Order: sequence, then structure tokens, then C-alpha cells
Amino acid sequence: MNPILLTPFDVAIAAVLIVLDGVLSLLLRLDLHTQLAWAAARLVVQLVLIGFVLRLVFAIASPLVTLAVILVMVSIAGREVAARPEQRLGRFGNYAVGASAVAIATFLTAILALTTAIRPQPWYDARYAIPLAGIILGSVLNGGSLALDSLLGGVVRERAAIEAQLALGVRFSHAMRGLIRASVRRALLPIINQMSAAGVVTLPGIMTGQILAGMDPMEAAKYQILLIFLLSGGSGLAAVAVVYLAAMRLTDDRQRLRIDRLTARARGSRS
Amino acid sequence: MGEPSPPPIPLPQGEGECFRGPRLRIIALQSHLAGPFDLALNAGECLAITGPSGSGKSLFLRMVADLDPNQGEVFLDSVERRSLPAHEWRRKVVYSAAEPGWWHEGVADHFDAAAMDFARATAPRLALAAALLDGQVVQLSTGERQRMALLRALALRSPVLLLDEPTGALDEASTTLVEDVLRERLAVGVTIAMVTHSAAQAVRLGHRHLRMADRHLVLA
Repeated sequence: MNPILLTPFDVAIAAVLIVLDGVLSLLLRLDLHTQLAWAAARLVVQLVLIGFVLRLVFAIASPLVTLAVILVMVSIAGREVAARPEQRLGRFGNYAVGASAVAIATFLTAILALTTAIRPQPWYDARYAIPLAGIILGSVLNGGSLALDSLLGGVVRERAAIEAQLALGVRFSHAMRGLIRASVRRALLPIINQMSAAGVVTLPGIMTGQILAGMDPMEAAKYQILLIFLLSGGSGLAAVAVVYLAAMRLTDDRQRLRIDRLTARARGSRS
Repeated sequence: MGEPSPPPIPLPQGEGECFRGPRLRIIALQSHLAGPFDLALNAGECLAITGPSGSGKSLFLRMVADLDPNQGEVFLDSVERRSLPAHEWRRKVVYSAAEPGWWHEGVADHFDAAAMDFARATAPRLALAAALLDGQVVQLSTGERQRMALLRALALRSPVLLLDEPTGALDEASTTLVEDVLRERLAVGVTIAMVTHSAAQAVRLGHRHLRMADRHLVLA
């Protein structure tokens, strides 16, 4: 039941495969070898660094430090959600929407899991809280950015349709219903795909990791199921939060569609 | 600006019967894009606004409907618009855009039950085949879409209509039909502010004719 520990030498052997990729790039003139080398180097540095940080944080075992680490992770994920869409809400709206939605979804889902299903002692034990928050964040980031991109893009594309409804005396919340529904749907499709493909098309990462670490496959499967449920919950919460927070910023006290608060991203396609 | 001579005014219908002032009163209406505008329109009066593209005609109508941020006051009879929730104001002061938007695939889905009865009854008068109401929006021609959008706005039976080029995409025959229907509305006391590119239409329909020049309304 003990995991087989890897030595740095074991890892170095696997790095031969990266060298192989590099040779392929040279032979086939893919011009990818520089990028490949950089990416592999970043991977090693980032993961070793985070390994050290986590070891330190686990050793300190202070709830405040744990919270601080999670908050840093949340703000990075919030930034990613904000950066995806082509459209930007004024006054750093994308960041405000992205960070609040990510925080709400991640904290609710993680605290639910830690206090009911997983129940470490204490429930905020960094060894459980940080990896759990991390994996939920990945899914929340996906759901949140898809929802935000879909909503902001949709508002610009369907401006005439929304304003036609407003002009006929329809409430803003009602005029936005179709778009809100479409955005949340789009955000939930990846996790639905992930659930239906799990175990048939792919062996999910957590389960693979735990089996490799020596856990019984049935136990690993249960863990994986719990985690994917958490991920779907997180995605759904993030999508709904993003969509409503963004919609609130797209209107005002007179239920107008404030498209003037949106600007297309400065870089890239400037039409 | 000087007040042009008032048109013959039919008595206002229904609500606001005791109110003797103008149906629509606009005071210092402005935004950073256009205005200020000061204007009073009586029940049954039609204001025609002409002027070059981009001069602010649509902006003016949209501000009256409170669709764009603006300052100033607009009264419907004696009711200031801010005393009403925005959607209720827009149900009474209905704006119809030059390029109407559609939010469902089926034409009929854009009408509720009461509006549908009205639409079925009125569609033939605008030379719209009843079958079009049961079809898809993408199947409508530009002119059909414009008349359908007008039908959508008329179905609300609002006391004020703000029409942005209601016949812009129509041939002469359809234009005449639309004008006949609008004239009937005027006769029962509906107030209309209309943007048009046709000076002839402004004369035919408008009791008053103003020109938008450099984001201000001036006598035509």
C-alpha cells in the first residue's frame, strides 16, 4: 500500500522523452524545440516550487496561512476568468465579476466537501484544503470563463434583440433570460462531457494518481466520483454567479442595456 | 425655439382625461451626445423629425424612451417618467427602432396572446399575409420585418409612439398603408414622434416638422 517513491534520477529518465520530442521537432522542422524546452523547464520549476511551498505550508499548519494561499489561488483564477472574453466591462468589471464568482463558488464547494464528505481533523487542514481548493478552482475557472465570454459576446451580438424587448416594455431581467440560459448551458457542457467520458474514454487524473500512490481502485473511484461532483457543483455555481454579476453591471436603475460599459479588448482584433 | 401653430386636437382618450396640458412634455432632455431638447406634444399630434444621418434623431427618440442615459424630465400627461418603473414607462412611450431586433425564431413568439389577436386583425391592413405570423423571422423580407415590428409596437396600444423611420424599407404602396394606420392612431389621440428621411412624408403626416441639425432640433 506504500507508494513507490521516485528519485530525481527516475524523473531524469522520463525527461529523455522530452529530448525525443525536441529531436522530432528538429527532424520534421516543426520549430517547436525552443518552446518545448521552455515549457518543460517551466513545468519543472513551477511544480518543484509549489511542492516546497506546500511542504512549508503543511508544516506551519496555520489556518491563516492556508487561507492566504487559497486566496492567492482564487485571485489568479479570477484574473484568468476576467482575461478570457473579447469584451471588457468598464471599471475593472471583468476582474470584479471573475474574482467574486470564483471565490463564491470555490469556498462554498470546498467548505461543503471538507465539513461533510471528507472531514479531515481539523476540517481546514491545509493538506486537504489546499489541493481540494486547487482542483475545484480549475473547474470553476473553466465554467466561469466560458459563461462570461458567452454572456459578454452575446450581449454585443444580440444588442438589437435585447433593446427591442426593452423598448416594448419588457423588464431587463426578462429580456436577458435567453442569453443567461445559453451562457450557463455553455459553461456546464464540459463538465457533463467529463462525467460521461470518465472511466470509459479517460481514467481521470485523481483516480490515476491515487492508484499509482497505492490506493485500492474502488476507494480511488469513490474519491474520484466525489471530486467530480464537487467540480460540477463548482462550475455551476461559478457560471451562475458570473452571469448574474455581469448582467447587473450591464444595466442601471432605469433597466437600460448599458453596452457603453463594454469595450473590446485593446489587443488583437480591433475592428 | 418658437412654437408653431398647434394642430387640430382630438380629445385624449381614456386615462388622463381631466388633464388639460400636453400629452408629452420634454424639458431640458439631454446627454453628452445630444440636446438639450424642449418640446411639448399634444394628444393626437404627430411630430416629424428629419435631418442627416448621425445628426442625433435616433438618440433623441431613445432618450425619450429612456433607453440611453440622459438628464432632464419627460412627462406623460402629468406623470414624470422617473415616478414609474422604467419598463412601465416604455410600455406607454413605445420606441420602435429603424432596424428592429428579434429574439425568437418564430414570428408569433414575439406577440403575447392579446397582441396576437391584434396582430391577426391588423396584419392584412399592412398587406402582411396572416400566414407570415406563423412563419419564421428569417423568412420575412426586410419590408415585411419592418411592418411586423410596427405591428408589435402598435399592439401595445400605447398613448405615445416613437417611430424611427417606420417606412424606411417600404415601397410606395406599403408606405401608404402604414401612413393610413398611423393616421387612424392619431385620430384616436395617440401622439407620434417620427423620424423620417422623406420630406414629403413629414408634410403628409406631421402636424409639426422639425429638423435635427448638429444634435439640436430646429424648425424645418
